[in-house]
Amino acid sequence: MMRFRFTQTAIDTVEARHELLDLGAGGYVSFEGWVRDHNEGQEVTCLEYEAFQELAVKEGERIVADALRRFPVKHALCIHRVGTLGLNDMAVWVGVSSAHRGEAFEACRFIIDEVKHRVPIWKKEHYRSGDSGWVNCERCAAAPAHAHAHEHEHHDEPAALTIHK
Amino acid sequence: MQLKIQYYALIREQAGRSEETLETSSATPADLYGELSTRYRFTLTREQLKVAVNAEFSDWSRRLTAGDAVVFIPPVAGG
Repeated sequence: MMRFRFTQTAIDTVEARHELLDLGAGGYVSFEGWVRDHNEGQEVTCLEYEAFQELAVKEGERIVADALRRFPVKHALCIHRVGTLGLNDMAVWVGVSSAHRGEAFEACRFIIDEVKHRVPIWKKEHYRSGDSGWVNCERCAAAPAHAHAHEHEHHDEPAALTIHK
Repeated sequence: MQLKIQYYALIREQAGRSEETLETSSATPADLYGELSTRYRFTLTREQLKVAVNAEFSDWSRRLTAGDAVVFIPPVAGG
């Protein structure tokens, strides 16, 4: 069973959660990334997600495998949506089951963080103003010196947060 | 030699195509990106990208061989 995959339609979290069931699991942690109505001071109306799927599924699998090695959890799974998404649509889902909650939280956080940094997925924002732009690409193109310093967080962090790595 | 190039996201829009087969004398992905940047006026510099050859991340200095499939990877934004 692939532990990282893409879907063109709404993510079925009930079905996904079933794949994590384990008699030795005392619980599970999940993360859902949603499309937010604003980013970097712009009003967002919808997003388009695109992926280099052939490499993305391999890199995604490696991330989940890393998580299973690093944390003593039972099962982990990540599903990412591609295509056009509206506000509050779910773009990504991560689920982890384990005997105890601590490692499930940690593994879930690890997977979503790594997916955002490593997997070849791109999103184009469409704004109320009529403009659009590829996140992490357009601004960097204008200011190449900061190319690797920008992380425009989308769903799970405050809009103003820019992480300088 | 002939290479297959696939384009994604901003680079796809700037190239005006999702893929092409290209006859080139570029020996490495770095050379190839230089050649294509001139042709399509890509706004991203090579330092901002990663590159994949045959669906695995690759070095910019790898020697390309005929039939290789090359993908330039702009800064990612999943999640």
